[in-house]
Amino acid sequence: MSKAFSSEVGTGSREENASRRESGAGNGSGPLLKIEHLEVRYGDLIGVSDVSLEVPQGSVVALLGSNGGGKTTTLNAIAGLIPAHSGSIRFAGEEVAGESAFAIVRKGLALSPEGWRLFVQQSVENNLLLGATPLHDKARIKTLLERVYDIFPKLRERRTQRAGTMSGGERQMLAVGRALMSDPKLLMLDEPSLGLAPAVVESMYETFGRLHREGLTILLAEQSIELALEVSDFATVLQVGKSVLSGTAAALAEDPQVQKAYLGA
Amino acid sequence: MSFVLVQVIVGGLLLGAVYALFSSGLTLVWGMMNVVNFAHGDFVMVGMYVAYVVYTLLGGGPLVGAPLATLLLATLGIVVYFGLIRDIMKGPMLAQILGTFGLALLLRYSVFWWFGANFLSLPENLVGGTFDIGGIRIQASRLLAGVVALLVTLGLHLLLTRTTLGSRMLAVAEDSTAAQLMGIRPDTMQAIAWAIAAGATGLAGALIATFFYVVPTVGETLGIVAFVTVSLGGFGSVPGALVAGLLIGVIESLSGYLIGAVYKDMVVYALFLGFLWFRPQGLMGKS
Repeated sequence: MSKAFSSEVGTGSREENASRRESGAGNGSGPLLKIEHLEVRYGDLIGVSDVSLEVPQGSVVALLGSNGGGKTTTLNAIAGLIPAHSGSIRFAGEEVAGESAFAIVRKGLALSPEGWRLFVQQSVENNLLLGATPLHDKARIKTLLERVYDIFPKLRERRTQRAGTMSGGERQMLAVGRALMSDPKLLMLDEPSLGLAPAVVESMYETFGRLHREGLTILLAEQSIELALEVSDFATVLQVGKSVLSGTAAALAEDPQVQKAYLGA
Repeated sequence: MSFVLVQVIVGGLLLGAVYALFSSGLTLVWGMMNVVNFAHGDFVMVGMYVAYVVYTLLGGGPLVGAPLATLLLATLGIVVYFGLIRDIMKGPMLAQILGTFGLALLLRYSVFWWFGANFLSLPENLVGGTFDIGGIRIQASRLLAGVVALLVTLGLHLLLTRTTLGSRMLAVAEDSTAAQLMGIRPDTMQAIAWAIAAGATGLAGALIATFFYVVPTVGETLGIVAFVTVSLGGFGSVPGALVAGLLIGVIESLSGYLIGAVYKDMVVYALFLGFLWFRPQGLMGKS
């Protein structure tokens, strides 16, 4: 069932994408996010050595690869948490490599980080409101809060509860909701299925599908390739810090190399 | 209970509220960025001298002196954050100890240089008279200091727990990397924390100067009070500092009255040591 659902979503968005790109051609719009030859170092250690990828407006792009492949490092570098040693990160046509994390999120690029990084001492609602720090319009913040509560009714129920008292699945909802509160142009999700029960993961991915249909652009790092390819339009595979394979999700799912290495076919 | 005993306890509570006020600054800075400010007591001392200058040389009262000391010290806090703390935070703990201790000496001896080592005291009638409430006599200066300090400390707690600014400051305290992902600039929040912490010492200094002795080394005594208050209340907890400050004020004045003024500090610290033996995380700290 979900296979049909995702391919349908995929095609729809690619068409929508193409039309958006055409209509937006006036302001020289290429992909929303374009990374070329990104290299990140931790002191003498190399985090990623050569990552290139594109995220077209309105699409869901999966960043795949095994543990240690460089998915988290790549997302953290895009978000500005770690500096790019070389290469370029262009977001909405603007070079953002070298900018601070707090400046990048204000441009509309939000990351739900590995391990969620919630403010566990504060209430659920405070966590969400902290996510809206880049915004100043109170009415808009209220609308966004209602929207997040509509997407995750659990969070509305628990809004006065401390974030630290929530279960893993609820924390994942809160992390995604918090990232959505900045009303991002691009939402980056780092391993949203990690450590969660299969039912929770499924409903989480249904939510991503919904956000996608509503026009949100998503860059999704995921170890579970089968799951990620179901919701994505495009995918890039990382291997020991390099992007080795890119293409449409459908093509990658059929790729014998991917099948052999990851899908166990 | 005799009237005198009640009077001693009320006096202790009023002084304790001032202790709580300046200690809450120390606990805030610790809670935000794990920095121990050894110059904290000397910040209070500078606040006292600012008030002294206003009260005596400029002829202003506490209505002028207290806001001015608050503002000047808050500015000093921001300058100290950007000029010193931001850099030493990146270093080892020893850098913080030596850096802030050096700052304490700089402040202390600058004041020595300007004002000399003499004990100064302010005109008795600065905050006029004594109240008689049902037989309990309270100096107006102490009443003013205690009540203002109590209200401001409670206000600080509300600021941290009920406002957007407070929520952002606590977010930086908890996880400054995640706070950056929210679009919060940790530097700004930490500078604000220093402004608040130092501003609180300025206000406390101006309030306490109306009835306390003023001398360049007073920061040493008050600094120790702040450290005891913060460890008793739990590092990082403003409500903890409030309860601990009041408690120390009362114990101090009770033992001063019952045992003798010379021994009051000894009693406070002996009880404090005993308490830490059983509850090292303090009253409201997390273990």
